[in-house]
Amino acid sequence: MKAFRGEPSIFASAQPEDRRAELEVKNLTLKFGGITALSKIDLSVHTGELVAIIGPNGAGKTSLLNCITGYYKPQEGQIFFNGENITRLRTHHLTKLGIGRTYQNIELFPGMTVLSNMLLARHVHCHYNAGRASLFLKSVRKEEVRHRKVLEELIDFLEMQSIRKKLVGSLPYGMRKRVELGRALSLEPKLLILDEPFAGMTLEEKEDMVRFLTELNEAWNQTTILVEHDMSVVMSISKRVIVLDFGVKIAEGPPEFVQKHPQVIKAYLGDTATID
Amino acid sequence: MRKLRFHPCGNFKETYEEELAIFETDFGRLWMLIGIVLLFGVIPFVSSPYILYVLNIIGIYSIAAVGLNILTGYTGQISLGHGAFFGVGAYTAAILASKAHSPFLLSLLAAGVMTAAVGFIFGLPSSRLKHLYLLIATLAGQFIMEYVFVNWESMTGGAEGIVVMGASLFGLDLGNDRTFYFVIFAFLVLMIWIAVNLKRTRYGRAFIAIRDNDRAAEGMGIPIFRYKLLSFAISSFYAGLAGALFAYFTMSITPEPFNLWLSIEFIAMIIIGGLGSIPGSIFGTAFIVILNELLSHVTEYLMNVGASEGMAITIAPLREFVFGLAIVLFIIYEPKGIAEVWRVVRSSFRLWPFSY
Ligand SMILES: Nc1ncnc2c1ncn2[C@@H]1O[C@H](COP(=O)(O)OP(=O)(O)OP(=O)(O)O)[C@@H](O)[C@H]1O
Ligand SMILES: [Mg+2]
Repeated sequence: MKAFRGEPSIFASAQPEDRRAELEVKNLTLKFGGITALSKIDLSVHTGELVAIIGPNGAGKTSLLNCITGYYKPQEGQIFFNGENITRLRTHHLTKLGIGRTYQNIELFPGMTVLSNMLLARHVHCHYNAGRASLFLKSVRKEEVRHRKVLEELIDFLEMQSIRKKLVGSLPYGMRKRVELGRALSLEPKLLILDEPFAGMTLEEKEDMVRFLTELNEAWNQTTILVEHDMSVVMSISKRVIVLDFGVKIAEGPPEFVQKHPQVIKAYLGDTATID
Repeated sequence: MRKLRFHPCGNFKETYEEELAIFETDFGRLWMLIGIVLLFGVIPFVSSPYILYVLNIIGIYSIAAVGLNILTGYTGQISLGHGAFFGVGAYTAAILASKAHSPFLLSLLAAGVMTAAVGFIFGLPSSRLKHLYLLIATLAGQFIMEYVFVNWESMTGGAEGIVVMGASLFGLDLGNDRTFYFVIFAFLVLMIWIAVNLKRTRYGRAFIAIRDNDRAAEGMGIPIFRYKLLSFAISSFYAGLAGALFAYFTMSITPEPFNLWLSIEFIAMIIIGGLGSIPGSIFGTAFIVILNELLSHVTEYLMNVGASEGMAITIAPLREFVFGLAIVLFIIYEPKGIAEVWRVVRSSFRLWPFSY
């Protein structure tokens, strides 16, 4: 499958090494006072996979992502990324290593335009220093122009041409989710982590999002972790599903397997969500 | 010849490079050219010595205000220590000039660097502290520096201060207010240009991101603490440079002017001018300096007319009162400051005479 809305050069020119994303979570335990948000979680994600993590409300999905991206520090266990122990690294460092994410509650900058939001994400790919920046030397200008080109390609890819100069705060909720994906992609992440990217979207917006994620994964080999409530979406795009409940991993496998797993059914029926 | 662009009716940019330009239209560039010609070719030659003196003060304070706006307006970190940072610059330059006979430009640079280092140190609490708590920490910095100015007598001359004698630049005598005017405003233009450049690169973007949402900023790969410190250092460099110019300009310094009141004035300048606006910093500075001058004339006049002691006591706090009132009124009626008023006026002119 090939992208038909142009080929963003950051994908097209990426070398296998730029795309390598081997994540290994070992025996991870996270507690908040008396609450155990995550208990002895083991999981791994390999380069080129699109793995879904599902589970009822409060299962610990977001907490797990927050551990992987450095926002939470687990009490026990380790996380490895491409062989490096990243358990204690800070968020900004992890971003630099190639882990990019979106947030459940959209953490865009509402007072900035779509472009400015995405430009921010180019931070780690800017190579000039403060001295050169303060004089705005030719090399700085050249780099800025290059970043702008990269973003325009991504904007085309995500079909956001008409909103590039709009303030994010003025966009409908579903569109903001798409902008947040755009911002995460501007980081050129090796591992893309999405926390409920479909929440609050209309059916049409969901279809677009499915299209983008599939294309990213299949055409551009984008390793992705997807946290999602909507089972039908998960079933249609991921080949491997991990189920959490009360901070424990209760099942893992292909969608059809997980769907029929008795413990999963129980977890979901105990909750208000249903499996369809 | 390139086609000139005057009115930005619609977006006709053809390259991304054009979007990086400071001025959108040749009209903007023309205005800037006119501004530069007025600033350097007309104003210094038609102004009375008094006006020239006031302009020089505005120019010096503007540099510090632009710097404070980088810290407060862009990065969202409040500092109640900029009065003292200004003082650090003034003392560094004065000490270097009087004790080491250091040349003018070198003292200026050293003052900037020294103050940047001090600002960096007083910015360290920003790793843990935010808002009000950071404000208190920088306030402590202000008092510590004031203490040093007064008590490190071997260096600062204590309450007596330091006399800075006849500086010169390229053979020109800087004791002359008009000559100094060119120096001050050349530096102001340079420092504004640098601030604009920082703003349109990853540094300005990172500062603004930290101000708006530090959690998400960190997710974008921005090391928050390092950038806060950078912002403190840059901002203090501006304050130090301005302080050094101040020392050379007044030719004698004492600890007195670099007190908490000056820190508050700097904050007032950027609030009234417009937080996060570079032109706003200059508008705000002009507003405060001119207000200060007017108030001191009014007080003087009333003192002479009123003549009675009782009267004098009642007018003494007038300055503080009017100041407070101006800030409150701006916060209530134009929280975006004079910069916003200016923007509105300008955009209605742009559409004139079709202003609907
Ligand atoms: N910062 C925190 N402080 C205290 N408790 C927390 C914190 N973050 C998460 N928790 C707790 O950890 C548990 C897991 O929460 P988490 O947000 O990870 O669930 P989730 O699976 O993402 O749920 P949802 O589907 O609602 O997003 C919950 O009981 C929650 O209350
Ligand atoms: Mg969640």
